[in-house]
Amino acid sequence: MAPDIGPSAAGAAVEGRAGRPGRSAWRSLLRTRETSVLGALAVSVLAASLLVEGFATGRNGGFLVLDIACVALIALPMTLIVITGEIDLSVASTLGLTSAVMGQLWWVGVPLETIVPLCLLLGAVLGVVNGLLVTVAGLPSLAVTIGTMALYRGLAYVVLGDRAVADFPMSWTGGATSRLPGTDLPWVALLVAGLAVVFGVVLHATPFGRALYAIGSNEEAARFSGIGVPAAKLGLFTASGAVAALAGVFWTLQYGSARADNAFGLELSVVAAVLLGGVSIFGGRGALVGVLGGVLLLGTVRNALQLADVSADALNIVTGLLLVVSVVLPNTAARLRERRRAAAPPQGPPAPPP
Amino acid sequence: MDAAPPPAPPPLSLVGVAKSFGTVAALRDVSLDLRAGEIHALCGENGAGKSTLVKTIAGVHRPDAGRVEVDGRPAVFTRPADAQRAGVAVIYQEPTLFPDLSVAENIFMGRQPLTRGRRIDRAAMHAAAAALFARLGVRIAPDRPARGLSIADQQLVEIAKAMSLDARVLVMDEPTAALSGVEVERLFAVARSLRDGGAAVLFISHRFDEVFALCDRVTVMRDGAHVSTDPVADLTVDAVVRRMVGRDVAALFPKQDAERGGAVLEVAGLSRSGVFSDITFTVHAGEIVALAGLVGAGRSEVVRAVFGVDRYDSGSVRVAGRALRAGRPAAAMAAGVALVPEDRRQQGLVMELSVERNATLTRRWALSRFGLLRRRAEERATREWADRLRLKAGGLGDAVSTLSGGNQQKVVLAKWLATGPRVLIVDEPTRGIDVGTKAEVHRLLSELAAGGMAVVMVSSELPEVLGMADRVLVMHEGRITAELPRSEATEETVMYAATGQGAAA
Repeated sequence: MAPDIGPSAAGAAVEGRAGRPGRSAWRSLLRTRETSVLGALAVSVLAASLLVEGFATGRNGGFLVLDIACVALIALPMTLIVITGEIDLSVASTLGLTSAVMGQLWWVGVPLETIVPLCLLLGAVLGVVNGLLVTVAGLPSLAVTIGTMALYRGLAYVVLGDRAVADFPMSWTGGATSRLPGTDLPWVALLVAGLAVVFGVVLHATPFGRALYAIGSNEEAARFSGIGVPAAKLGLFTASGAVAALAGVFWTLQYGSARADNAFGLELSVVAAVLLGGVSIFGGRGALVGVLGGVLLLGTVRNALQLADVSADALNIVTGLLLVVSVVLPNTAARLRERRRAAAPPQGPPAPPP
Repeated sequence: MDAAPPPAPPPLSLVGVAKSFGTVAALRDVSLDLRAGEIHALCGENGAGKSTLVKTIAGVHRPDAGRVEVDGRPAVFTRPADAQRAGVAVIYQEPTLFPDLSVAENIFMGRQPLTRGRRIDRAAMHAAAAALFARLGVRIAPDRPARGLSIADQQLVEIAKAMSLDARVLVMDEPTAALSGVEVERLFAVARSLRDGGAAVLFISHRFDEVFALCDRVTVMRDGAHVSTDPVADLTVDAVVRRMVGRDVAALFPKQDAERGGAVLEVAGLSRSGVFSDITFTVHAGEIVALAGLVGAGRSEVVRAVFGVDRYDSGSVRVAGRALRAGRPAAAMAAGVALVPEDRRQQGLVMELSVERNATLTRRWALSRFGLLRRRAEERATREWADRLRLKAGGLGDAVSTLSGGNQQKVVLAKWLATGPRVLIVDEPTRGIDVGTKAEVHRLLSELAAGGMAVVMVSSELPEVLGMADRVLVMHEGRITAELPRSEATEETVMYAATGQGAAA
């Protein structure tokens, strides 16, 4: 999955341009947000391994994966949505409503084999509602999904009240957190990886993904190019709802508890990871690999600090700072580069074009 | 107007100014005097460095070498505000007003007259704005919002703002590109009165008739360098064109004769309430049909509805005999219709994407296999069209925003020609592009028609319409008021119908 930003490998000059395309391609790759996020991830993993006792163990690695699994899942469709210039803030509430419905259905005696597909369908329907409000009614997704965030959470309380359904069979709840044979890696890592490949290929290697970048950069030009903008957006919101429901099912089984307030506020972690991963909130820019790096980075830092007995409040402060720094740093770097370029006299008169 | 040097130093001069962006030298050792009481024309192909020069004067760019002088003394503009303080005002092609604020508020933004209580004195502000408009001889209500003003009126608001700042140097960057004939005349009257009031005016235009009608001296630039500055009386259009391109330009409108084939595009009774009504016309293979008319006559709206970007209320569009689904650009594309839109930057291109991504945006599915894009195929397809249209770009991976206007237009053309259309609709295909590229575009359209394509051309430039079209449809206020075959189309007959004075065809 090559990042879909920056000069492509096809950047070879049409008219021979002075310079070494190979090296400059490397340099621009080094400059991308994805690279800095992955670099920060490597540094924090290394630092945590050296400084925090118990971090670099397989056991802890397994817990870390379970911790971030839901955020990682939801971040996949969220990446595509944000690249299109939209946002879906209702994901955590969709997760909560799915969890509540799952608990209620189990409580009235429906078998889990039936409940799970029903829940996924419910998530897709909730996504379609968002999508229709955005595309057909033409409302801004920020407003729509803030509304449905409250609406879906409210419905979750209607379904389950403040009860918790916690008597799911051990074979399912234990299964959700079970490890791959012979390792400490939970099987859900495979699910995340598999979906990440699917979303990555869709975003970076298909005509559909290409259209998403165009929509995010200039929706009008995309429309004039024959791109079905409403259909694309509707599809993305549907996928987002379905994946949030999948995360809801997993969350419920992972913690063995269906509650209406499950994953309250999780949408902010998802959006934070997506932005940290280098996706532009204005649309048109970003790559999935960066978002995965962002999810892992946030998860690693939180996990390491928890192991180091840092309080939950301090944890939030660190996470928030990380996000702010991640936004400020590339901005400042770009400005510094700009200033350096302005200060340095143009070395050597450029050859006049023939 | 003889070029006797005035005794006072010019209000603004550039001395040996150079500016580079990366490896591209946008300006090389350019010197220019803008004298008080003179309208100075700046001509050059796109990419000749005109925009960079304007931005240097406006304080947006700082020169790498050389200097800007105000009244003969060196001045350093680090910000547009510095230039403004020195009395420089720039009117851009598309003014940037605050649409929801009133006209008066736009004029006095940031320096509103205040009452004693430090509140904005609306009455004084409106009176001052009204006085400015009276001096300009135009009628715009100071209290109306800027939204909904025509581009011409928006420019006048900008000019009023410049006057309120006591600007002594007024730069107009292609101000007439989007104006109709009457509006151009009014703008010229304003420019002349400013000149007679002692202002120095720099006028940039691709239209030579305007340059020769309005200006006192003409400076020609090519490839970032100053070529010549002469009084307009010593010049001819041919001489200016030769200096701009550095060679003789062959005929500007090389329309080839083409065999007229069967009907390809049939539009019948197309209406959209309040925009256009009962539009009926047919375009045959091998034919160029021009849609002429004043700006705002509804021409772009009609072609957008035909392509399906806009909706329409009634009527039908048929391509090669088959009805086209309304409101579906993808369906129009599948039927072989292509639309090169009016607004290149907003509708034609995704400016921050690369040349390649833009050029292949319409062919994403055709260039993929098993649903996956193939880089090789994309690159090959782009390169093929880049070569055919002689595209000048740093690299196919460069953002399309780094290209000059003419080359951007070539990317839009490549993007649509690559779809192999049967009907090519071009909306203002040569707006804001240089003479050389213009001739290339005209030759291309002519070749395409000769090859059997049906071409619909919306154009506000009469010479282009008369030179290129086999048939001219003239629109006035949303209706087709005349259909003229090539033999009957003259400036008079077209203008007559365009202003609504002609009998219906």
